[in-house]
Amino acid sequence: MIVSGRKLRVATTSLAGCFGCHMSFLDIDEHLLELVELVEFDRSPLTDIKHCGPCDIGIIEGGVCNAENVHVLREFRKHCKILIALGACAVTGGLPAQRNHLDVGQCLQEVYHTCIGVESLPGGQVPNDPELPLLLDKVHPIHEVVRVDYFIPGCPPSGEAIWKFLTDLIAGHTPRLSHPILRFD
Amino acid sequence: MSDTKKFLLDGKPVVFQDGQTILEAARQAGHYIPHLCWHPDFPAHGSCKLCIVKVGGRHVSSCAMPAKEGMEVESNTPEMNGERRALLQMLFVEGNHFCPSCEKSGNCQLQALAYDLEMLSAHFNHFYPNRPVDASHPDVLLDFNRCIFCELCVRASRDIDGKNIFALTDRGIHKHLVVNAESGRLADTDFAASDRAANICPVGVILHKRQGFARPIGERDYDAKPISVVAMEEVEK
Ligand code: SF4
Ligand code: SF4
Ligand code: FES
Repeated sequence: MIVSGRKLRVATTSLAGCFGCHMSFLDIDEHLLELVELVEFDRSPLTDIKHCGPCDIGIIEGGVCNAENVHVLREFRKHCKILIALGACAVTGGLPAQRNHLDVGQCLQEVYHTCIGVESLPGGQVPNDPELPLLLDKVHPIHEVVRVDYFIPGCPPSGEAIWKFLTDLIAGHTPRLSHPILRFD
Repeated sequence: MSDTKKFLLDGKPVVFQDGQTILEAARQAGHYIPHLCWHPDFPAHGSCKLCIVKVGGRHVSSCAMPAKEGMEVESNTPEMNGERRALLQMLFVEGNHFCPSCEKSGNCQLQALAYDLEMLSAHFNHFYPNRPVDASHPDVLLDFNRCIFCELCVRASRDIDGKNIFALTDRGIHKHLVVNAESGRLADTDFAASDRAANICPVGVILHKRQGFARPIGERDYDAKPISVVAMEEVEK
């Protein structure tokens, strides 16, 4: 995807993720120098820009677990020509989705009221500050909420996989991941 | 002229003996056809359909279909591999497959096939079924979340161990694996870690306790070579 005369604009974010995928992204090491020749960053933990503007590529780490995640994800979809799900949580819901067969109310009670070590805390309560985004009853992979163009599985995907994928994409090839760099773990 | 019988697999002649299935003959001739519920020690089961091939315009399960003289079989084509990928995606969303926290990762045939067929996402919406684990047995854990209903454990326990410990019950999305004990718990059976049934699950349901990641990720069955290569090396052994 060559865009003549300017660098590609890339936005990244972490929804219900652990930032591990972003760390792995930084693991491309010296390729970062090549990358910044080709791209510039819009909203991203790397720039601290708060809202996503028009971009060529949006990269999403993490699944969707609360209302804010839904808004951010829709903002990315709206502004990015190409949207990429990066990592197991964005692709499958991942570890946070392991709560999906449980009742979210009971989960909160367990975590803040009844589990060992918390049950005796005085005045312990489920946080309900209006600033806090509302939890969804289930955690979803991002393709269940918006259209997603590409998926890079892995927990996290290796720097090598991310680099291979991005260079394919930027060069205008169909990005391809196969054994041994395609991994789900 | 010799009286050897042949069929064509992706345009290449494959010799077979009467009574062999397409999959058996292909394997013997060194050609890999993906499979999950099929196992060389058991009769064909025909449930996973990963071994799907096209013969004369029709889709058939190569693990169950007898080879016939002159057949033209399509297997390693974009169309067949696309269908296999869709079948894998359905298997992934029907259960709870969180590979990063699964002890079987790297040794799992479902995952290895997904790698081999370059399945990058599950595509469909996940069901996230509720399937509690059974940790009652001292030596073996059952994590039903990952069961693909191949019945290899059912068959091994019944036909080889002579114990009949596992069964499938219910239908459709409610189908699940049960333990044949009044309590439903594995601890209340005579199941042993040395049973064939304890060592046959292609995915991460029947797990030996205290093994975990003793063999680290990176040194597992399908880490160095893809399943299409590993499976054919097993034939040579
Ligand atoms: S059984 Fe296989 S596919 Fe399922 S979670 Fe475990 S490694 Fe992944
Ligand atoms: S537990 Fe394993 S061997 Fe048994 S039916 Fe399920 S996937 Fe097959
Ligand atoms: S291997 Fe033939 S149907 Fe499963």
